[in-house]
Amino acid sequence: MNWTWFHKLGSPKWFYQISGSWLPWLAIAAGVLLTVGLVWGLAFAPADYQQGNSFRIIYIHVPAAFLAQSIYVMLAVAGVVGMVWKMKIADVAVQQAAPIGAWMTVIALVTGAIWGKPTWGTYWVWDARLTSMLILLFLYFGVIALAQAISNRDSAAKACAVLAIVGVINIPIIKYSVEWWNTLHQPASFSVIERPTMPVEMWLPLLIMVLGFYCFFGAVLLLRMRLEVLKREARSSWVRDEVTKTLNAEVVR
Amino acid sequence: MNPVRKKRLFIVLAILAGFGIALALALSALQQNINLFYSPTQIANGEAPQGTRIRAGGMVEMGSVKRSGDSLETDFVVTDGVKSVTIRYSGILPDLFREGQGIVAMGKLDAQGLLVADEVLAKHDENYMPPEVMQALEQSGMKAQYQNGKQGGAE
Repeated sequence: MNWTWFHKLGSPKWFYQISGSWLPWLAIAAGVLLTVGLVWGLAFAPADYQQGNSFRIIYIHVPAAFLAQSIYVMLAVAGVVGMVWKMKIADVAVQQAAPIGAWMTVIALVTGAIWGKPTWGTYWVWDARLTSMLILLFLYFGVIALAQAISNRDSAAKACAVLAIVGVINIPIIKYSVEWWNTLHQPASFSVIERPTMPVEMWLPLLIMVLGFYCFFGAVLLLRMRLEVLKREARSSWVRDEVTKTLNAEVVR
Repeated sequence: MNPVRKKRLFIVLAILAGFGIALALALSALQQNINLFYSPTQIANGEAPQGTRIRAGGMVEMGSVKRSGDSLETDFVVTDGVKSVTIRYSGILPDLFREGQGIVAMGKLDAQGLLVADEVLAKHDENYMPPEVMQALEQSGMKAQYQNGKQGGAE
């Protein structure tokens, strides 16, 4: 198997160039998917027979919850790469993805609370799913705090990576909490092996929203990582060239 | 992969496995405490403590809801298909409360095994569908079959 692409990722310059060419496509895809998904889901998808229109918050809640967990898995993978292969770009990815993941968790928790009041009759209940999701938020806060608090770059990277890797144990707990224990939260509506528990005109906009959220995450992550790479490599010649090129373009305009 | 990296990878995996096993043991020891509610079978078997506030969960039995004429007091039976428990609640029930719906009620068990609840939460399932589809199911008499299939799948 050819691993050159993997080792190339270790070069900040190569990452900066390749991410620059992906960024516009991801941003456009995110914009289109989120607009289509939101309009379709909120205005055109049918209401639920029991919950009526309040079920439409699913089009924000589920994609945010998906992403909150996926981002943490990504954090752990990047943490392993950073620990084992000592790849600087992986450390950047861990520290830049954590705040996005924290926001997604907040969105999932808040929309869940808003949804819970009319359907369950309460904003919050200490069941296994909700509690493990709250723990995920605190894990994100931990990674962010470690990155901010330790000024030595290598120590900060190591501390963040360890917390990201250890914390990934929480992900299967969130996923299977609704099956292992009695919870108020209902089991998953989607799985890889079974067909969804809702008709196509309901899940298609949801799928579009999920893809849109992933593209949005990709675009924001690349944007943040590029800025951080420029900051870290500020003294290297390729960054100087890059900045002068951009500045000249601004002057011409 | 060179030996140094291989060693580091093993250390990382060992840490992860260690934490995973420790947490799995802790969670399995706490199994009963993490459950949000007791099922009617557990209550009938005496697994639920008497005299303290507990949560009971299950399906509201068809035709069991009795509303009092002059107050908000409601009596209903919650079942898990094997055993059942009667719940008395005085207050406003959530929108989704109806016969055949899953609910979780919090309150104290009295000597007769009646649960006097001070909070009732509705549990909804993972199925969503438009109202027209539900009407069509009702008209064709498929609703019961659909719900049986659903329960069979959930158990």
